[in-house]
Amino acid sequence: MSGANRISGWGRLTPAKTARFTFDGKSYTALEGDTVASALLANGVHLLGRSFKYHRPRGILSAGPEEPNALLDVSRDSARRQPNVRATVQEVFDGMVTASQNRWPSLAFDIGSVNDLMSPFFAAGFYYKTFMWPKKAWEKVYEPFIRKAAGLGEAPKEEDPDHYSNRFAHCDVLVVGAGVAGLSAALAAAKSGAKVFLVDEQPEVGGALHYDTGVKINGKDGFSWAQDVASELRAMANVTVLTRTTAFGYYNHNMLALCERVTDHKAKPGKEEPRERLWQVRAKRVILATGQIERHMVFENNDRPGVMLASAGRTFLNHFGVAVGSKVGVYTAHDSAYEAAFDLKRAGVSVAAIVDSREKPGDAVLAQARSMGIEVMTGHAVLTVGGKLRVNSMTVGRHAGGATRKISVDALLVSAGWTPSVHLFSQSRGKLRWDAETQRFLPGTYAQDALSVGACNGTDDLQATIEEALAAGELMAKATGAETAAKIEISGQAPFAWTGGMIGAAEGAGPDTTVKAFIDFQHDVCAKDIRLAVREGMQSIEHIKRFTTNGMASDQGKLSNMHGLAIAAEMLGKDIPQVGLTTFRQPYTPVTFGTIINHSRGELFDPARKTAIHPWAEAKGAEFEDVGNWKRAWYFPKAGEDMHAAVARECKTVRDVAGVFDASTLGKIEVVGPDAAKFLNLLYTNAWDTLKPGKCRYGIMTREDGFIYDDGVVGRMAEDRFHVTTTTGGAPRVLQHMEDYLQTEFPDLKVWLTSTTEQWAVIAVQGPKAREIIAPLVEGIDISNEAFPHMSVAEGKICGVPTRLFRMSFTGELGFEINVPADYGRAVWEAVWARAEPMGACPYGTETMHVLRAEKGYIIVGQDTDGTVTPDDASLGWAVSKKKPDFVGIRGLKRPDLVASGRKQLVGLLTKDPTVVLEEGAQVVADPNEPKPMTMLGHVTSSYWSSNLNRSIAMALIADGKNRNGKTLYVPMADRTIAVEVVTDMVFFDKEGGRLNV
Amino acid sequence: MSDLMQATRRSVLDGYHGGSAVARLTPAAPASRISLRAPAASLDALSGALGVTIPVKPKTSAAANGRHVLWIGPDEWLVIDENGADLVAEAAKSGVLHSAADVSHRNTAIIVSGRKVEEAINGSCSQDLSLAVFPVGACSRTLLGKAEVVLYRTAEDTFRVEVWRSFATFAFGLLDEAAKDAAL
Repeated sequence: MSGANRISGWGRLTPAKTARFTFDGKSYTALEGDTVASALLANGVHLLGRSFKYHRPRGILSAGPEEPNALLDVSRDSARRQPNVRATVQEVFDGMVTASQNRWPSLAFDIGSVNDLMSPFFAAGFYYKTFMWPKKAWEKVYEPFIRKAAGLGEAPKEEDPDHYSNRFAHCDVLVVGAGVAGLSAALAAAKSGAKVFLVDEQPEVGGALHYDTGVKINGKDGFSWAQDVASELRAMANVTVLTRTTAFGYYNHNMLALCERVTDHKAKPGKEEPRERLWQVRAKRVILATGQIERHMVFENNDRPGVMLASAGRTFLNHFGVAVGSKVGVYTAHDSAYEAAFDLKRAGVSVAAIVDSREKPGDAVLAQARSMGIEVMTGHAVLTVGGKLRVNSMTVGRHAGGATRKISVDALLVSAGWTPSVHLFSQSRGKLRWDAETQRFLPGTYAQDALSVGACNGTDDLQATIEEALAAGELMAKATGAETAAKIEISGQAPFAWTGGMIGAAEGAGPDTTVKAFIDFQHDVCAKDIRLAVREGMQSIEHIKRFTTNGMASDQGKLSNMHGLAIAAEMLGKDIPQVGLTTFRQPYTPVTFGTIINHSRGELFDPARKTAIHPWAEAKGAEFEDVGNWKRAWYFPKAGEDMHAAVARECKTVRDVAGVFDASTLGKIEVVGPDAAKFLNLLYTNAWDTLKPGKCRYGIMTREDGFIYDDGVVGRMAEDRFHVTTTTGGAPRVLQHMEDYLQTEFPDLKVWLTSTTEQWAVIAVQGPKAREIIAPLVEGIDISNEAFPHMSVAEGKICGVPTRLFRMSFTGELGFEINVPADYGRAVWEAVWARAEPMGACPYGTETMHVLRAEKGYIIVGQDTDGTVTPDDASLGWAVSKKKPDFVGIRGLKRPDLVASGRKQLVGLLTKDPTVVLEEGAQVVADPNEPKPMTMLGHVTSSYWSSNLNRSIAMALIADGKNRNGKTLYVPMADRTIAVEVVTDMVFFDKEGGRLNV
Repeated sequence: MSDLMQATRRSVLDGYHGGSAVARLTPAAPASRISLRAPAASLDALSGALGVTIPVKPKTSAAANGRHVLWIGPDEWLVIDENGADLVAEAAKSGVLHSAADVSHRNTAIIVSGRKVEEAINGSCSQDLSLAVFPVGACSRTLLGKAEVVLYRTAEDTFRVEVWRSFATFAFGLLDEAAKDAAL
């Protein structure tokens, strides 16, 4: 049995196809196609959870995505667990485990429900007022308490084992919603030949036809017609039909984001199947056929399990074959709910009475009710309902007082009328207009190429909806260049034309401040809370919303916004449009993080850039560090070595013998053209026209403001060709900076820039034995000191492949940088290593590179400079040409504050105790005894242990540093104060530079 | 020494294979490439020197004898020679103003082929790849996830995806996931 409340012969599910699932540990049988909500109702379960604030028992309010109440924890296994799943959307699959939330120790007996009794103390705005004082209590008491109490459901703790995918798509016409309107529009557009996307959030198309069984289209049952149209559309090559797909975001230029739920309904998802697929669709035209959402009535205890929307009652009956009760009351302000009573009665369910707040319901429904023998109480209200875990009675009274009558019911269907779903239209930045006659917001001014059709556009009549949708489909297809097809005839008949509707508090909400008549079920906001907000002085709906949190739950107030607005308007004595409507935001319904990030996880989260030599370093056991997206070998520890020992050894080895270093990540830009030197003259502070082909030079690049932007060695390969190198992290922005100036300031120059960073693998061989190591491998270049002195470059061959060989050094040692086409990098590296290893050389990483350059006082842009350092501040004034008439930064460098004395300047620091290594970033002061706040002179930018000098060395940016040579300064630390001596000469090792020129 | 020493070439995608029955992924064979920059006045001479008429319409390419010239920007082309010719030297023979930078090793390429090739690339590339908008011969420098690529449609069901070598495995991974998704 799939539930005692399943009515044989009703609904569209197949009785033979069952699925087992559990709810709070108890096992139930569902039918294939059931939602968790319909399956639980079939089994007589109405109590599904506890509310957010008052822990009130809650049931199922709707049968769709607007559900604010029936939120469950749904899991497939321990890692695949999802909190706050709407039971009205989640389809049952065999083996699924569901659990109620926000209750302890059990759903029926929940300690937290004491909050309901304490509710006078938890009025709207309670948190804002209560936790203000004392300030200290916030961190230790209030915040932990609120964090524990706040939030619904429990986030999964295990890593999500599912995968998610993404698809970009383009189409002519995107139709959102596959009810009567959407299907008609899609059919018209598709038959015109346009490329059409039709999306619907439900498992099957049909929209309102799921419940509205009285509707006939082209003589057929409406729902069957809808399935036939969907089949027809699916068979067309120019149409994509996506079900279980929510269009959750409408962005600029008709970009819509869709979430397709691929496996959440399957008992055994395929291994390759993504759980969800994000579609990012760019549509030339959009047709919104998003329908409307029924509103609940606002009266006392309207949140009791068993109270639900009339359309939900019809859906459960007509689609799922489930009776929501055995004695059902109806409380309405709209004709549509009458049809729920008719359907129930036809299915053999007892209808207690229809309570209609209007004096004059629609004649047709009234006549039908009477002919079916259903009692109708017009001009009446349900003042309250009885029952706690499930409704058991309704107390009905006539307007303007008089006797009340208590009628026993086990379910109460309510309807205050319908709210057009204008969410996506609003997201598209369209402007809504207030239709005073029908009391609803409707699409007004469009901001994008879209049209709304059917119920979401305020079109109520079935045939009018069809005509409107067909015309829109044809018009939109035509606008994208499609040819017009033969006219499509669709004729629909609905049994009743609906009238009525109300917004705001009904009589049962009472005028006072104690009655709990809920408008926002998910955030436990009552009519009285809105009134309180107005009394507290809130006038704008934006303030009222934030004060009460109305509409701020994950359902975004799909049911509550209009009620809240109407109550506020009434209190303020204003018209609804004057009070205003809050803006609808993406997403329409909650979207998983998995869908949003889709492929971007694990190795695909971010590119991990690796050099050609990376696998060799990895095999050698190197530790790596991230530099931008690059993985760089950091150091090469031998067995038993820690980082300190490895780096100390590498530093010694390079200076004593030689070291081999992978410098491939350095940025490289090929600058080619007859004006290449002229261009570089403008971009760098140095002069380049004086550099001869075959030579290279260290260059500094400043920004317009005169501060150092980047540095690097530039080699002149030919009169019209330079090989520029940049810092690893600076490569993309330096190229952009150069391209920017070339295109905007110097467009007349005949020169072009090409990124060649990845063309070359770069092997730096540094140390006294560097020449001996590479000499036998090199062909066609005389690498003797005489023929190929420091700062030379030449083209030739190494290991039989072309090379650009640089004689340069970032270590202060005799050095070469071998550039070879990247695919040869690994082989050439191995050949170099085969010669280097027997000589006692070592491979070294970036840490050793940093220490060696610091021993020589070479700066690292971005570490020793921070965007406020001029070349002179860094003692690189020699690199600024005094003769050039212009370069980027020349005027900046003349600014008074850049030439003023006392600027922070880069100097060396030597600790008085040579064994103490300063911390990078540590602040430097002149007087360690000065009371706090102390006067900071600057900070340590680089600091290392130098195994070659057998002491610590450091660089620091110090105010007026150049005038403090030999002075003692102090570095206050948490546990001690370190005395340091300023040395303006930052070259700590081989001051004469003799080792470079051997 | 040179007799003993000849460095072997290793592509970053050596040994890679993937995709699905509807979109196969194969690393392209090594090729020579230049980034060609030139003013309009140089194009005739350069076309002659390279043996291919350099296209000037955005998103188009021209090809002859295994050599492909892809329009990248108003004064920028990516020239690919499947036979490994020295393109810098050939362009230099034109004798006209231009810049040719060798990027043979900067780029590598992934061949994506199959009846759902568009879906595989659209997993992480936002361009409209329908035949009407991106016909055979069309090319475009664009984004594949976080990687810059050049897409080049060589047949109705085949794209060549040019990508910088350190982004190649990332691009391959993205294409592989989407190719498998397209097969569902």
